[in-house]
Amino acid sequence: MAALLPTASGTPAAATEIPVEPPAGMRRRRWIPYALLAPGLLWLAVFFVYPVFQLVMASLWDPSGSVETGYTFTWQFSNYADAWEMFHVQFLRSLWYALITTVVCVLLGYPLAYAIAIKGGRWKNLMLVGVIAPFFTSYLVRTYSWKAILSDSGPVVDFLKWAHLLGPDGRLLATEFAVIAGLVYNFLPFMVLPLYASLDKLDTRLLEAARDLYHGPVRSFFRVTLPLSMPGVIAGTLLTFIPAAGDYVNAQLLGGPNTQMIGSVIQSRFLVVNDYPIASALSVMLMVTILVLVTVYVSTAGTEEVV
Amino acid sequence: MARRIPLSPQAQAVLAAMPSRRTVLRGALAGGAFAVAGGALAACGTKGTNSGAPGPSAGPLCTVADVSAAERKIAFSNWPAYMDEDEKNPEVHPTLVAFKAKTGIDVTYTADINDNNEFYGKIRTQLAACQPIDRDLVVFTDWMAATFIRNGFAAKFSADKVATFAKNLAPSLRGRQFDPNMEYAAPWQSGLTGIGVNTAVTKEVRTVDELLTRPDLKGKVTCLTEMHDTMGFMLLSIGKDPGNFTTADFDTALEKLKAAVASGQIRRFTGNDYVQDLAKGDIAACIAWSGDVIQLGFENDKIKLVTPDEGMMLWSDNMMIPITSPHAANAMALIDYYYDPKVAAELAAFVNYVCPVAGAQEEMVKIDPDLAQNPLIFPDAAMQSKIKIFKPLTEAEEKEYQGKFQAAIGA
Repeated sequence: MAALLPTASGTPAAATEIPVEPPAGMRRRRWIPYALLAPGLLWLAVFFVYPVFQLVMASLWDPSGSVETGYTFTWQFSNYADAWEMFHVQFLRSLWYALITTVVCVLLGYPLAYAIAIKGGRWKNLMLVGVIAPFFTSYLVRTYSWKAILSDSGPVVDFLKWAHLLGPDGRLLATEFAVIAGLVYNFLPFMVLPLYASLDKLDTRLLEAARDLYHGPVRSFFRVTLPLSMPGVIAGTLLTFIPAAGDYVNAQLLGGPNTQMIGSVIQSRFLVVNDYPIASALSVMLMVTILVLVTVYVSTAGTEEVV
Repeated sequence: MARRIPLSPQAQAVLAAMPSRRTVLRGALAGGAFAVAGGALAACGTKGTNSGAPGPSAGPLCTVADVSAAERKIAFSNWPAYMDEDEKNPEVHPTLVAFKAKTGIDVTYTADINDNNEFYGKIRTQLAACQPIDRDLVVFTDWMAATFIRNGFAAKFSADKVATFAKNLAPSLRGRQFDPNMEYAAPWQSGLTGIGVNTAVTKEVRTVDELLTRPDLKGKVTCLTEMHDTMGFMLLSIGKDPGNFTTADFDTALEKLKAAVASGQIRRFTGNDYVQDLAKGDIAACIAWSGDVIQLGFENDKIKLVTPDEGMMLWSDNMMIPITSPHAANAMALIDYYYDPKVAAELAAFVNYVCPVAGAQEEMVKIDPDLAQNPLIFPDAAMQSKIKIFKPLTEAEEKEYQGKFQAAIGA
């Protein structure tokens, strides 16, 4: 393109014609954005659009087929009804756990991000490293270590029993509490980081102005700080809710048979039972449900500037 | 011999996190599910590659020239913790070193099988298309071995190359329904499924019924995610033989399991990870695999494997040669080598599972007389009479039973 530039700007005649008809060089440069988009679009087409298309197709296969005999495509919409009938408990449970996780993450993450961004001072970077540090270890290993921490003979259970918050036969592992605690722990950094990013940009002089205008700390928080950090809140809730709803590691390691989430079901239908149509139908249902929920959420929250 | 040195709790926590044999986290290594799904989708897209797949009787699926004489090597895929290790360097396997010295065949040993379904899903499409999988020996549990053979993916042994195997295979493992003439599958190790009990936490547990209903065990019992093991026990507890039952029997047995799940008696369904929970005492009793519990017993004598009154399940993990292996003769040499009672005893002394080789018990006396007397490694007559084997299932049965079982355990 560099070779074309002198001709584009070199002749005065071309310069005068710009409003009427762009010169050859300008016209050619129109495709540059598309060329730049192409690798990304190709990537999405190959690794997102095609697999999703296949998944939707698989969810409409005849369920009486099998891996060995092959499946036939029969527009079997009843797979969705069957999947719902069999697994609505786990499905709704996943959304419920994800919702609780998100709310708890906001309640824990907001003060943390606020403290780091506004009050962190010279410790700011160190505190941020503290938030990110768990990522240096694998997700699985960290969840396993929670198994050790929450175990029946572990310090947490001992303390809770001592404080009579837990009965003598009480336990934390294999309960809803452990699953949600694991989810909160694992997804908290995804809440803190976007919150930090938007709080860090907050101009603290606005808080001083609010005080000058007779706002107390509570009102200035709700009228100034919170609205300005909404992009961070929305990004954080999305980054937490979406993966939490599909998670199955926490439910499998920290939960019991009555706390399994939809991710475990999809995993076992695909890999153990080899029931591809139902597994695909559940995956599509989960994807569509989350998409709808997120769309409604983002449009009601009314922010253009997510992340 | 190779007793496990007791590990610090920290080290155990790290080990616990590593995928171990029969790990429960089948798909945890992310793409697992999609790899398999993708495979199936690919198969579907390119016409029914598998429809009417030839069984072993229909002749080989494909023929590959055997270059064993020219290339003295094989690639052997097995489960973790299933091979003897040098005390100083766990990467060195003494029996394999001796094999190379004896035959000149170099073995690339990889413990990359964590789960029957996952590994089968990984290699299935290539085998169906007669493509090499870069492995000359793979190990699958009975029921998956049956599928492997049914699909024509296992190469047939030549009788003259596996004479020691034919001579020394334990009598109880002969004539199995999925390989009646011992032509496709050679048991690597067998194992018993029984009840593991931590006697520091609870008094003895004698029956499956106690496990499912005794009030003091409530919330302190785990069962296995492996359907054949757990449902084998449920069938035994309703008085049915897991080797011969009907769908109605299965449903009755499943109701019993569901009741124990609903009552909160069963805390979790686990893979290998019950080992740590049993050792810590978080669970008092569980359905457990013999080798694991014997190894735990070395470190903590409170942990015992109980043979329930109803009986025990026996399973085997079987060596098979993929149909596309160009080193089948070398692979058969390795199979034959491990059926030498001396080698088998050396291996059994390390892995502590049930040894499938006749004559190994006599050899074991020289290595470790205690282990030679252990009925969980060398089942005696009393034990033999209590052992049951889960019947081979057709693909449709497998899918139906797995579907019901997985739904009952919450997934």
